[in-house]
Amino acid sequence: MSRKVEISRAFADGKAFIGFLTAGDPDIETTKTLILEMERAGADLIEIGIPFSDPVAEGVVIQEADIRALASGTTTDMIFDMVDEIRDQVKVPLVFMTYVNPIFHYGYERFCERCREVGIAGVIVPDLPFEEKNEFAGICREHDMNLISMIAPTSDERIKQIASEAEGFLYVVSSMGVTGVRSKIETDIGAMVEKVRAASDIPAAIGFGISTPEQAAEMSRLSDGAIVGSAIVRIIAREGRNAAPAVYEYVKSMKDAVRAL
Amino acid sequence: MAKGRFGEFGGQYVPETLMTEVLRLEKAYEEAKNDPEFKAEFDRLMKEYVGRPSLLYYAENMTKDLGGAKIYLKREDLNHTGAHKINNAIGQCLLAKRMGKTRVIAETGAGQHGVATATAAALLGMECEVFMGREDCERQKLNVFRMQLLGATVTPVTTGTQVLKDAVNEAMRTWSSRCEDTHYVIGSTMGPHPFPMIVRDFQSIIGSEARQQILEKEGRLPDAVIACVGGGSNSMGMFYDFIGDEGVSLIGCEAAGKGIDTDQHAATMARGEVGIFHGMKSYFCQNEYGQIDEVYSISAGLDYPGIGPEHAYLRDSGRASYVPVTDDEAVAAFEYIARQEGIICAVESAHAIAHVMKIAGQMSRDQIIVVCLSGRGDKDVAAIARYRGVNLDE
Repeated sequence: MSRKVEISRAFADGKAFIGFLTAGDPDIETTKTLILEMERAGADLIEIGIPFSDPVAEGVVIQEADIRALASGTTTDMIFDMVDEIRDQVKVPLVFMTYVNPIFHYGYERFCERCREVGIAGVIVPDLPFEEKNEFAGICREHDMNLISMIAPTSDERIKQIASEAEGFLYVVSSMGVTGVRSKIETDIGAMVEKVRAASDIPAAIGFGISTPEQAAEMSRLSDGAIVGSAIVRIIAREGRNAAPAVYEYVKSMKDAVRAL
Repeated sequence: MAKGRFGEFGGQYVPETLMTEVLRLEKAYEEAKNDPEFKAEFDRLMKEYVGRPSLLYYAENMTKDLGGAKIYLKREDLNHTGAHKINNAIGQCLLAKRMGKTRVIAETGAGQHGVATATAAALLGMECEVFMGREDCERQKLNVFRMQLLGATVTPVTTGTQVLKDAVNEAMRTWSSRCEDTHYVIGSTMGPHPFPMIVRDFQSIIGSEARQQILEKEGRLPDAVIACVGGGSNSMGMFYDFIGDEGVSLIGCEAAGKGIDTDQHAATMARGEVGIFHGMKSYFCQNEYGQIDEVYSISAGLDYPGIGPEHAYLRDSGRASYVPVTDDEAVAAFEYIARQEGIICAVESAHAIAHVMKIAGQMSRDQIIVVCLSGRGDKDVAAIARYRGVNLDE
């Protein structure tokens, strides 16, 4: 029997709040606690980052989290074991976010096998664009896992083809550049989401640069949910092993902002 | 082969934010390549500004001393700015300008590619920002100032290990935040398609000249063509026109640092495994979980954990071979060629010379080696002195 919770669950009950954290930052035990806290605070889906030595799509906050996680000795296997331990306590879908090399080197097949065993519903791979996804997408499908696609402000006419093949949810990148807190999001996201809607009925959630409840509300109004990474990771960087209360409060405030819609 | 692939290697593994730009570049390059005016302008600058063709010099002293094959040096060190990097920098800046870009960015290790890009940008009236690992900025202070003299902004990269790979990371991040008016001048035959092809094409002038020059001088093709390999641009440029010449062995020399059995080397072919990084599938030095290794070489220009995808293909298909050369061997070669030929070459190029020293004596006197002397060594003098325990006040 499958242990995973389907991604669609996250979008079944109004707008979704999606939280991200880097596994192993500052250590794997803390990550375990924080996933449970994020769920308790109302996160509808949790993205677990598998740290990578050279995360080229990340801003400095998540880069530093990856460095801390790797320095604490975190490995892909430890992350699988951690998910295995908590999966049955968590009622929301869990997805991985990582770069293509840690997956490729682990072995696409073996990676998906382990994801299925521990109940991971999907994976986000920022450096595996539409043109290159086929070497991995088929294996994901065989293992009943969603390979989550991204669209960016530069995607334009690519949105249609990407959305039509998207699985799970579509990750809408709000801004040019890398992840990280931004005071203002300038992209015409409404227009991007409109193009998605025209091509597919897949849920679309917006990420990159969101940190305040106001931003989360605004982005959720335009789409099916808000994704927040760097703002959470910043709290973890500040609070370390005792980050649970602060992360709980923050996620709750964000979920409340999204729920009010 | 599939588009942008060399066998299984290559590809376009970049974030979606950059995909549109990478595809635009692909199209722009196809158009430029087929435009006689573009080619004429590139050729004109190669001749009038860079000083091409670079000489193919018969290294008679080395040949006699080593007592075997005749050794010819392809003198890329005599180019304007002192290395082969200028060929590609001018080509890509011309292309960027044609695409309507007003600004270029680049990564640099030893500083040669940064200097070349800053030079091309100055010449063509473009804004230029160069990313350089903080540690490399320290190792190559002179080149930092040189770039600034040329009007470029040098941004020290303080993330990760603060060397070449981190400079590439930072350049990619910057490009993904601003590609509308900015072209990323990648300095080697690496990165997502079409970069490995573009850089190879602009650098293939090295091999096409060398091939013609050796035919003129010797009336025959060489037995071996040798070049150093980091990302692989001078070697790919040197090898490319010889690939079809079956009798010519192609040998790349990679940096073995303190030895390939230590953890301080950059010997991607000897010790790396297939991976996907910096936009391409190729060989990379990495750990069992696919984390990219910190690599080491005395040469900042070879201090890179990967290698261009076409090299990976040439190796796996058996067309080229790759050998590791240690710091010790490279420094000995650096000193050797200085005394024998009166040429202070780049420590990168000294890796190729070191291999020539190993094999020339075992070859017969009627055999010929052509080696690419990819750059000059002024930038390395202080580091070599340090290596020998002498502290120069630069």
